[in-house]
This record gives sequence, C-alpha cells and structure tokens, in this order.
Amino acid sequence: MDAPVIVVIGAGPAGTRAAQTLACAGLRPIVLDENQRQGGQIYRRQPENFTRAPAKLYGASAAAATALHADFEALRPSLDYQPETLAWGVSGDMLLTECRGHADAVRFDGLIIASGATDRIMPCPGWTLPGVFSLGGSQIALKAQACAIGQAPVFMGTGPLLYLVAWQYLQAGVKPRAVLDTSSLTTRLRGLGGLRRRPAVLAQGLRYMAGLARAGITLRSGIRPVRIESRQDGETPCAGAVIWKDGQGRTHRTDCDAVGIGYGLRSETQLADLLKCDFAFDATSRQWLPVTDRDGATSRAGVYLAGDGAGIRGADAAESAGALAALRCLQDIGRPVMEGEMTRLRAALEPMNGFRHGLETGFPWPWRHAAGLPDDTVVCRCENVTAGDIRRAAGPLDSPEINRAKAFVRVGMGRCQGRMCGLAAAEILAAARGVAIEEAGRVRSAAPLKPLPAKIRGVVT
Amino acid sequence: MSLSTQIAGRADVIIAGGGVMGAATAFFARQLGLSVILLERDLVGQYASGTNFGNVRRQGRFLPQLPLSNRSRELWGRLPELIGENVEFVASGHVRVSFKEEDSQRLEKYAQDCKPYGLELEIYSGRQALERFPMLSPDVHLVSFSPLDGHANPRLAAPAFARAARRAGATVLERTEVLNISKNSEDFVVETAGGQRFAAPQLQISVGAWARRIAAAFGEDLPLVPKAPQMAVTEPVPYRIHPVIGYATQEEEAGVYLRQVERGNIVFGGGRRSTVDLEAKRARLDPLNTLRQMPHMERLLPDFARLRIIRTWAGIESYLNDDIPVMGPSHLVPGLFYAFGFCGAGFQLGPGVGATMADLLARGQTEIPLAPFSIARFASAAA
Repeated sequence: MDAPVIVVIGAGPAGTRAAQTLACAGLRPIVLDENQRQGGQIYRRQPENFTRAPAKLYGASAAAATALHADFEALRPSLDYQPETLAWGVSGDMLLTECRGHADAVRFDGLIIASGATDRIMPCPGWTLPGVFSLGGSQIALKAQACAIGQAPVFMGTGPLLYLVAWQYLQAGVKPRAVLDTSSLTTRLRGLGGLRRRPAVLAQGLRYMAGLARAGITLRSGIRPVRIESRQDGETPCAGAVIWKDGQGRTHRTDCDAVGIGYGLRSETQLADLLKCDFAFDATSRQWLPVTDRDGATSRAGVYLAGDGAGIRGADAAESAGALAALRCLQDIGRPVMEGEMTRLRAALEPMNGFRHGLETGFPWPWRHAAGLPDDTVVCRCENVTAGDIRRAAGPLDSPEINRAKAFVRVGMGRCQGRMCGLAAAEILAAARGVAIEEAGRVRSAAPLKPLPAKIRGVVT
Repeated sequence: MSLSTQIAGRADVIIAGGGVMGAATAFFARQLGLSVILLERDLVGQYASGTNFGNVRRQGRFLPQLPLSNRSRELWGRLPELIGENVEFVASGHVRVSFKEEDSQRLEKYAQDCKPYGLELEIYSGRQALERFPMLSPDVHLVSFSPLDGHANPRLAAPAFARAARRAGATVLERTEVLNISKNSEDFVVETAGGQRFAAPQLQISVGAWARRIAAAFGEDLPLVPKAPQMAVTEPVPYRIHPVIGYATQEEEAGVYLRQVERGNIVFGGGRRSTVDLEAKRARLDPLNTLRQMPHMERLLPDFARLRIIRTWAGIESYLNDDIPVMGPSHLVPGLFYAFGFCGAGFQLGPGVGATMADLLARGQTEIPLAPFSIARFASAAA
C-alpha cells in the first residue's frame, strides 16, 4: 500500500508542529505555504539577506520563534515543502494549488489546515485612504522589510496586537503619535478572569503598555473612531489625522502620517468552507467558524483545523493544536500514537480556551460601531460598496442575509471575497434589518480563494 | 371548516417558481389585469436566473425561437420604463468568433437564414474583423456581429421583475416551497411546506431544473436534465470591451464567452458544464473546468492572460435532449402551463417568455409561435 498522503496548509506555528509530528511518525507530509519562507505571520522571517536579531524582530517571543525556525530547517529533508504555493480550490477529493502560474492537484488522505488569521477590520470614514494599513500589515512591513508605515503613525483598534505593534515600532525607532483602543478599562477588567489563565502572556502585554507609556506615547481607552482625515502629499491625498471621541464624548484630533487599524483577528476559514465542512456561529467572536472537536477534527473525515484558523488562541496554542491535530490524523488513518501525548496536548490547550474568551471579552469587536457608520463610508473596498449601499440591500431590496446583499450591491464580491469587509458588512445588514447577527450569515467562499493568474497552466491544460 | 376558509390566497393564476420566467410572467400577467400569486421556494432569481452569464443574445439561436427572442429584445430595450429599475442592460452588440473555415461557413449561413426573422447580422472576415474588433486574436478567421444584442446583470433582473410585479399588485412569496398540487373541478390547489394552501384556475410551472417531478405528476414526464454552467470573473480593468464575445465552435470545451461590465471586471464562462445535486440544491462547481477555460479564453482574447481570476460560480440550469425549451400549455391538463428547460439560453428570453405566457394566461392565445416548444413532443416518448 502507498504511504498515506497528508497535506499541511500553512507553515506557521500550527503547520510546523503538525508537519513535525507527521514526520516523526515516519510520513513525508506535503507542506503548502503561501509565504516565501516558513514562520507564518507571527514568526514571519525576514528575507535571507536581512540580519536583524531575533530579539529585535520577535521581542519576548524570540526564543519560540527561533526554535520554530530551527526545528523546521531540521525537518526539511523529511518534508515535501512547497513555499509560495496557494491552495486555491477543491475538486472532489483533490486540493488545487498554484505556484508561480503553475497549477497542480493533490489527492490527500489527510489534510491539516493551519491557515491562520487576518486582521478584523471595522471600517470608518477615511479608512481606505493611502497610508492606512491593517495592524497586521503594519507589522509585516516592519518584520519582513524593515519598513515603517510612517514616521508618526497612529495605531487604532483593540486587542493585544495593537500594543505589540506599537511597541515594535517604538523598538524600531518610530514613535507612534497615539495608541487608541476602543475597549474601555472596565471592559478589559471583565476579560481579566480569562486573561489570567495565561499569566505570563498577560504580564507581557502589560509590560508593552507600560513601555509605551514610559516613552510618553498617548494611550487612550474607550475611544470611538470618527474619521481619518486626509492631507495632501504631492498629488495623492493620504492619511493625515485621526478624529476620535473619548469616553466622555469629547472630540479629539491626532495628526499623523499613517494609521494602523485592527480589532483583533478573524480566522481564515475559506478552505474549510470549500471543503464543505460544517460551520457554527461562535457567539464569543461573533463570527461563523468551522465546527471542530477538541482535537481539531472537522465534520469532514480526514480534514483537521489547527491554530488561529480554527479560532483565535495565539501562537503557543497553535503549536500545541498543530501537534494534536496531526496525532489525531495519524490515529484516524490507523497509525499508532501515544495517547498520553494527546492527553498532555489537550490539557495544555485547555487554559487557552479561557484565555481566548478573556481576549474577546476584554478587547471586544466593537460591532455596535457598524450601525453608526455614515451611509457614505466605504465598507467593501474591493468593490467600493458603502454602508448606505448595504443598507439599501438590507431594506428596499429586502436581502435577508449577506450573500443576497452581495448579489445586489456587490459587497464582498471583489478580490478579497469579503475577508476584509465581511464581518462589518454582516453587522451593518443585521443592524439595518434589526435581526441577530447570526441571521445575516457569512459570505460564501468560492474558488479561487485568492486571485489566480489567468496564465495558469497545468493539471488539465 | 369549509374548504374556502383553509385557502390562504386565491388568484387568477398561481405561478410556481420565481426565476426570471416566473417573475416576468407575474409582472406581465398583472399588466393584463390578472390577479397573481407567485410562490418561490427560496429567493427570487437565485438559481439559473441569477447565476447565468447575462447574455442578451439572439444570434445563433434555433431559428423558430427568433420571434420570441425578438419580442424579448424589444422588451429589454424598454425595461427601465416598464419595471422602474435598471438591470444594467447594455445593447453593446454580440460578437461570435470563428477560427476555422467550417465554423465560419456556419456563421455565414446563419447570417443569411436569420434575415427573414428580422435579425440583421454583420459579417467581418480576417483583417476586417481585427480592425473592427482589435481586442481579438490576430488569427481570427471570421466574426459575426449582432449590433443590437448585448448583456445585462442576471443578479438584478429576476428580482427587479418580482418587485415590479409586487408593486403592480401581485402576491410574491419567497421561501415558500410548493409541496403538493391537486386539481379539483375548478381550481388547482397548491399546498406549501408551511402548510398554506393557494387556489387558482390556472397554474404555471416555471421551476427550472426541478420541473420534471411536477410535470410527471400531471402525466407528462420528459427527459429534463440539470447541468451547471460554470462562470468566473476577473479583477476589474479599464472598461474597453463593449460587446459580448463568444467562441463559435463545435467543440464543447472551446465554447467560451466573455463580457466586460462597466465596473471593469470580465465575466466569462462556457466549456464543460459541471454536475448538479438537485436535492441539495447545489451546483457542483469544478474549479478544474476553470483551468480548462483558460487557454480558450486566451485564444479568443490574448490580453486575457495578463489578468487574474477572482471568483468562480455555477448555476443550476435544465436541458432537454433536443436543446429546445418547454413552453406553453400542458398537453393533458387544461389550465396548466409550462415554461422551463431553457437549455442554458433562457436569460435573454425572460421578458419575452413572461409577456407571451401572460398572453396565454389572460387571453388564451399569443401571436408568438410556440408549437416547437410544446411538451406534446415528448408525449410518445413518455407513453
């Protein structure tokens, strides 16, 4: 019998540990990763000829990052590693991939999806101006290319990444003008119970905040974004100031030359959707997530999820979840596994769930802002669809859920397939119709998951 | 409790199925003064009507279908005033391109044959074709151009007709599935999944791919097969290609077509069709078919290769083995009417089918010749 083909999607913390577990069991997993180099988003590696020290790039997580990189390099001979490769579609039991214009089809016996997460975006007027980046994008610019989004950026949003990115910019010699958090101190206290499940991480977060405060950076909580104003920079208008309201309702203006925004993370679940895995509404994060059991097994036999792609629990949890999903996959294909190791990993992941709940409670997605967005605010930036367009789809055009609104006004229909705007658009639709957010549904995924070159050849051509 | 108290609604006609055929019929039937109840299982225009390519094409059709198609084209041109909404119809022309002598001969013959039906086509060969349509591949052999055809947005058309019908007084019920149909001495009684009952002396079946079971229940089984045409769209690029362009060929896989929308995206489709799960109401989109379309798209439009594909989709259409729809009265049951099985070419016909079916429902006759579309042609096969 041929050796079973196990495919791992993503080479971040979860994908790396999954691949390692499979390789240790004597298999040769296929690892498909969109990036040029292994590491994922959080432990993204700088290009080969860059020489910044890990401590500078990854701060307190430097040890974890270097261990993940080193372990992967040691594994390389045991892996079929395909970097710069996009898993863009599913045909029957085959995964369709693309690498530099070449298509391939991979038949799999097991599939571990460790596709990670992207920023959760709440639009505000002006967010599509040049000079406005997501927090993740701001971080990638710094980590991968040693570039800052500006010399005087404002970071706005909520969640631990807000403070981490601001702190990393400060370390890189860029002093942020302000760090503006939509969650209030009271809200954060409510999340403390969950956050305490991981005291070291909580302490690290507090140290970043303290470091920013010591550097004299304005840190404000309980704010509400009003708009991002433009300034004229040569021909092109770009982000020039953030107008925001404090908890008492007073309006402030912070001048800047760039803005990084992000409101926590959202799981990348499109591939599980194409594989027709069952989804359920997750009230904690107010988003639809693939249904998994505690080991990451989905409703589709042979398909597993691990890491932030299954629910936002962070990098440490992702490493454990990657290993656990791989063990479960091995078990399901009839390979002997150490039950004790599975039990240990499940136990290690247990506090992560409480921590995740604490994060969502302490730094909540400010979903109520969606209802208050002015009609002319662009929500879907790919298709230039405004909040008013979505409300027209919800009301006069009577769209009961987001895919109907998509059909009528093109929201979520563009290049990103609603990955950026989908959550906010659903909130706007639900608010306009006065229904619960779960009734607004989720933007259906379609191949190709990311834009595919028309020049693509291979498999059938 | 008497029978009448259980009836949730009574009208001159019940239309089962809110695709573009049902929705347009509801609208035109109201124009002719009939009371109308339209029952749609899911959302209006959700399946074939909303997912098709959006072709408003007459050239290339089965010739006896041209009177219907011409009527429809005339209505497309008056849509905003008729239904009060713009469904992005542009009469930007339709181009059929051949790369082979034998295909060119077919195009030239059709251009002659369709003249008596009032369809005037322009033929350009070789260099002439390229001068007229410079976006095409340099080795184009011949082009047949239909200047008054064009395209529209299929996602908008059927819902716009349903809204217009509703504004005109029709009862349009979405998410209302028909479970059972019976006929007493006067009326068809339609029972829905929600337990409601509706009655009317006339009933139109326009439920597309799901029509076979209903027709069979009335003793008129027919070889209706569902298939999923597969579409895709590129990222937006500057709006340069105005006409619809199709590859005229006998090879199924090469038969691709494209249109650019004003927003800039190029919508394309064609080639192999995918399969359908009727029970799950899902087209089984196969992304491999998208890969198969690529070389043919590039053959047609060389610059296509520089673009990127951002989305694919498939719809659920129904086909008959003679590639001709079923439209008109039932062969067996008085008061029963059919309009389904448009074999992948129904979108353009939508308004014309609606107006023509409304003629039949309101007046019992129409000027449009419908004999070729009669369900009676399957009577012997089913017997």
